[in-house]
Amino acid sequence: MTKFSDLTRLPDARGHFGPYGGRFVSETLSFALDELEKNYAAMRDDPDFQAEFDYDLAHFVGRPSPLYHAKRWSDSLGGAQIWLKREDLNHTGAHKVNNTVGQALLAKKSGKPRVIAETGAGQHGVATATVAARLGLQCEVYMGAADVERQKLNVYRMHLLGAKVIPVDSGTRTLKDAMNEALRDWVTNVDDTFYIIGTVAGPHPYPLLVRDFNSVAGREARRQSLEQIGRLPDALIACVGGGSNAMGLFYPFVEDDEVAMYGVEAGGDGVETGRHAAPLASNAPRGVLHGNRTYLMSDAAGQVSDTHSISAGLDYPGVGPEHALWKDVGRVNYVAANDQQVLEAFRELTHMEGIMPALETAHALAHAKVLAPTMRPDQHIVINLSGRGDKDIMTVAKLDGIEF
Amino acid sequence: MNRIDQRFAELKAQGRKALIPYITAGDPGPEHSVGFMHALVEAGADIIELGVPFSDPMADGPVIQKACERALSKGTRLLDLFDMVREFRRTDTTTPVVLMGYLNPVERIGYDAFADAAAEAGVDGVLTVDMPPEEAVEFGPILKARGLASIFLVAPTTSNARAATICAHGEGYLYYVSLKGVTGSASLNAEDVASHLAPLREMTELPLCVGFGIRDGASAAAVAQVADGVIVGSALVNRIADSADDPAAIAPQLKAVLGEMRQAMDA
Ligand SMILES: Cc1ncc(COP(=O)(O)O)c(C=O)c1O
Repeated sequence: MTKFSDLTRLPDARGHFGPYGGRFVSETLSFALDELEKNYAAMRDDPDFQAEFDYDLAHFVGRPSPLYHAKRWSDSLGGAQIWLKREDLNHTGAHKVNNTVGQALLAKKSGKPRVIAETGAGQHGVATATVAARLGLQCEVYMGAADVERQKLNVYRMHLLGAKVIPVDSGTRTLKDAMNEALRDWVTNVDDTFYIIGTVAGPHPYPLLVRDFNSVAGREARRQSLEQIGRLPDALIACVGGGSNAMGLFYPFVEDDEVAMYGVEAGGDGVETGRHAAPLASNAPRGVLHGNRTYLMSDAAGQVSDTHSISAGLDYPGVGPEHALWKDVGRVNYVAANDQQVLEAFRELTHMEGIMPALETAHALAHAKVLAPTMRPDQHIVINLSGRGDKDIMTVAKLDGIEF
Repeated sequence: MNRIDQRFAELKAQGRKALIPYITAGDPGPEHSVGFMHALVEAGADIIELGVPFSDPMADGPVIQKACERALSKGTRLLDLFDMVREFRRTDTTTPVVLMGYLNPVERIGYDAFADAAAEAGVDGVLTVDMPPEEAVEFGPILKARGLASIFLVAPTTSNARAATICAHGEGYLYYVSLKGVTGSASLNAEDVASHLAPLREMTELPLCVGFGIRDGASAAAVAQVADGVIVGSALVNRIADSADDPAAIAPQLKAVLGEMRQAMDA
């Protein structure tokens, strides 16, 4: 049995988290990943790099982000006290920028003039376009054609920032296909291009470095909990697409056995309908996609399944390999919230706290509505409020029958 | 002796180079694939690479992506490929067949079950595009135990140290990817290929075969000057795409494209 304290020693030298992770890529990319691994290993231990990263997080991103006590919402749910880790207040409006600031420093060090990214909701694309603008790097972002349609606002934001958005028409026209296309671009332009992956998935060392860059949120939340609550929280909740905001919050607490953790996947029409994007909560089979082994929604012949979610950022058939291991060892409970519950939570937080969350984030809030009432008022839940909802106003308006 | 090794021994004795066509199995429908395989052999194929269609072919360009979509839309599964090879073997017991594809369908069946079925059907080698040797420590021996060759890729970006590891694990032949890019990309540069093959010759006795960017007799002949084998995929799959609505017209076109290459290589 894996002790939770062992979980901080992963991945192993080859990027494995138990049976998950690894580096399943075509040979052309091996050298680029070796180079990235070497550069990152050097920078990880370099105080100058850490100082530069911390400076950017403070002055460009606006960290630390507050830990906010949502009193009115907590009272209305009639149970635990709910605290929101306000990643929505970061520059560009989501947790994604923590990672792109870090990877931009790596891109700069590697001397590559061009960056590419995949994006679902567009938040990672915007965060990548933002750091590219700041460093004067050429930037191209791959986005599923279906997501281009449902996240128009972010597409235009990227355009304004000087990035080129390339709609991807193959496959299911969502995040997974955008990632396929980004990998094809990288294989072709590997000499001058740095691939900024937006979540804790992909081939080693991406799950490791994206985790490291996002963990700043969890470190702050742990310190803020001790200061503001006077102790560690009883539970953490975060939504899980690829799993970067969840990993960022959870990782610094992983050895705190008394802190329960809940990762909330996209239940779509309901896990029981098969129309969802919840590989962990639905116990999907083990599989290999986009460079890593993980839980992967696929059919009996091994073809990757179509996914369904109201939220473009969670509409992905796989999940970061470290989450796969954390499910197996029982460190985190992975559950799903369906589209209907998510919309209710979106509206409730907006009305009661004056905070409009992203639809991705609203999955975490939907589970808080289930969990909090089962707890006592002297217990505490910290939720990663991973992003703000401006980008989703059109989607919600459409459901309300309003077209702009 | 494995059919692949046998075939290369024969070719060497004859002073000829291997011509290795790739088609995606099940494109434009699973009932056509065995006929295409025989047609390719008639036109001069020495080894056949049979592509396993996959929903997310990350290393492939649009031509083979669409081939996968056509095959999957007709319900082609990995299990069907074993039936195809079994049927092919009824009349052709000598032409080696290599399954080329991505790892997920194999993981879903399970390594042992896959290897048993492949060996039983008459498959000779397996090339898993997204499985470098470092990740094949479990799969490799399972294939070997059934006499199936593990075929690996070497790329222009592969360091000499890595190439040595790949050569140590590879069997059958080494697949040199001629350019940085996906399948169906621009043409290759034969001189550049030659300069990359030279150090590989020092490392291994394995036949060196070159794929990506070979589209006609001229490029096939140029590569045959410097390599032991020529692999051609998108140029054939393009013909299948052109006549997907008229499958009876496909086999003659495949034979024409491959036959031109055979002639140019043997000239
Ligand atoms: C606000 C927000 N939260 C969460 C996610 C999901 O990503 P991850 O699971 O990597 O945190 C996204 C992705 O687009 C997002 O925009």
